Amino acid sequence: MSTTENTAEGRPARAGRPALVKRLTPERRRPTPVGHARETGDRRLGYLLVAPVIILLLAITAYPLVYNIWNSFHFDNLSYGGLPHNFVGWKNFRAIFDSPQWVSALERTLVFTVVTIVFDIVVGLGLALMMHRQFRGRGFLRASILVPWAMPTVVSAMLWKTMFDPSAGFVDYILAAFHPAWSGLAWLNINTLRAWTAIFIADSWKNIPFVAILLLAGLQVIPNDVYEAARMDGASWWQSFTRVTLPLLKPALSVALIFRTLQALLVFDVIYIMTGGGPGNSTESLSYLNYNTFIINTDFGVGGAMSIILVLLALAVSFVIVRAFRPATS
Amino acid sequence: MTSAVAGDLPAPVAVHRAAYRRRHVRPGKVVKETLFYIAVVIVVLIALFPFYWVLRTSLLSNQQVAAGVGGANGIIPSHLSGAAYKNVFTQGSFLRPLLNSVIVAAATTLVTIVVASMAGYALARLRIRGTGPILAFILLAGFFPVLAMIGPLFLVLRYLGMLNNIYPLIIVYLVYTLPISTWLLKSFFEQIPAELEDAALVDGATRLQVLWKVVIPVAVPAVFTAAILSFILAWNDFAFAVSFLTSQAHFTAPLAITTFGQSQFQTFYNLIDAAVVIISIPIAVLVLFAQRRIVSGLTAGSFR
Repeated sequence: MSTTENTAEGRPARAGRPALVKRLTPERRRPTPVGHARETGDRRLGYLLVAPVIILLLAITAYPLVYNIWNSFHFDNLSYGGLPHNFVGWKNFRAIFDSPQWVSALERTLVFTVVTIVFDIVVGLGLALMMHRQFRGRGFLRASILVPWAMPTVVSAMLWKTMFDPSAGFVDYILAAFHPAWSGLAWLNINTLRAWTAIFIADSWKNIPFVAILLLAGLQVIPNDVYEAARMDGASWWQSFTRVTLPLLKPALSVALIFRTLQALLVFDVIYIMTGGGPGNSTESLSYLNYNTFIINTDFGVGGAMSIILVLLALAVSFVIVRAFRPATS
Repeated sequence: MTSAVAGDLPAPVAVHRAAYRRRHVRPGKVVKETLFYIAVVIVVLIALFPFYWVLRTSLLSNQQVAAGVGGANGIIPSHLSGAAYKNVFTQGSFLRPLLNSVIVAAATTLVTIVVASMAGYALARLRIRGTGPILAFILLAGFFPVLAMIGPLFLVLRYLGMLNNIYPLIIVYLVYTLPISTWLLKSFFEQIPAELEDAALVDGATRLQVLWKVVIPVAVPAVFTAAILSFILAWNDFAFAVSFLTSQAHFTAPLAITTFGQSQFQTFYNLIDAAVVIISIPIAVLVLFAQRRIVSGLTAGSFR
């Protein structure tokens, strides 16, 4: 009778279905002792159990998103507390696109993201290959690589802030041994390129381990006989790496790429702690500027518009990556 | 393998084989192995040396920090003191922020485990409609830009009079912990044989009883992994704390660190680094004890 609707998601059989067929239908993997009354009860309980996670996540993500959309078309600045929250159309968005500070933050963030993901994926892959080998001390290597990842960003940022400090740091101390002019180099507060270098190192030091662990898991699911077959066919190490390892690693690579791209695109903590956006505004990222607009300038209209752009940017980038990797994964 | 093959062969041939291997395969291999181990040592050094440097700096006195690196204050300083650790607690009042962090991270972990195991069980077993979209939404929420949330959440907390208060953070931090924990527990629950639950169901237990008395005890390793990851993620937050908290007594530990060691003419890194060492210890201990768990938890269901 109504057998049409019970196939897709392994839904329970409906009334009118012979008991024997019910028992033998493949999607019913386990016998149900009480019958479909239990199934209905189960499903109702299921919604109840899954509701908290959905409500909580909606409250922390979707609600702010909607609120931001509303704010981005209105005037809302706590510094002008008494002024009414009038509708202002696209004014907030225009203010952002006309602001050289935001445009250069966008450029910087994009350059940082590209440099970071290329470097992190390459180095992360190298580390994954290293950890994939059987050797004595493998567990120690893995633990040493994992420790930087698990540390709070405050720790990694302060660690490298100490390392790069002209008077307390290790970097200038070592550099001075090579060339006297390199002693007492200020890394964080004078030179833009040097400040970015320090940020980049602190950020990669903390985040490459995660890439490496993801890629290691990807390497471990590649069956050994694929390599055997490649070796039988006389493939060199490089050939088997590019023709066997990389294609089979694509799912893991795409996951690592999405994670890292979004993290880099939204970089905030390291910059806040290491340079505070300086020297001048030269290390401000999109997220940093968004923080400043919200919390320092208390401008929730312009800040809301910035957030919307940030969300759209993040969505667009993830969409592109997912699309680029889809053919091989499915 | 070598010995197994050698065992099957007449003795002289086996000896010859072994000698051949030693002569012709080994030299290149030795060079390769050596290079490999050098690379490993370099990686370990890069990963761990900054920790040594911070530990070293944290054990210096203010005068030694002011004097800069070099001479008696080289890579291995000639004199060490624990003064900075004392000052972190006396001048810096670090105890309160540490306690705040412990409270928030522990509470976040607890809420996460309860909420995520319920949802994970429902998604794995109870055949609710829309499982796919729900899972996709949970994953997507995990990728939501943190800095895009702070504005509206700031306004809400301000309206509720809960700015500069650590308790709202427990809810806010769920955005870090719920997605990964729900996915992890869901994929673990799926692997538990259904027969186990059916037996209890036949005996007249309700689903909730089954979840708490049968499933959770079996899933202890996964719950433990989710708890460790949640604790780390909540302990590590900076963005929300710096946006919502304004006074030292309500700071979390990571935020408090950024206020340390600043004087007009000099940054006292011994003070900062003592605090850095203190908040690194719980995380380092967790990583060393639960290394395998963390790795498997991070990668669970990532690419299936």
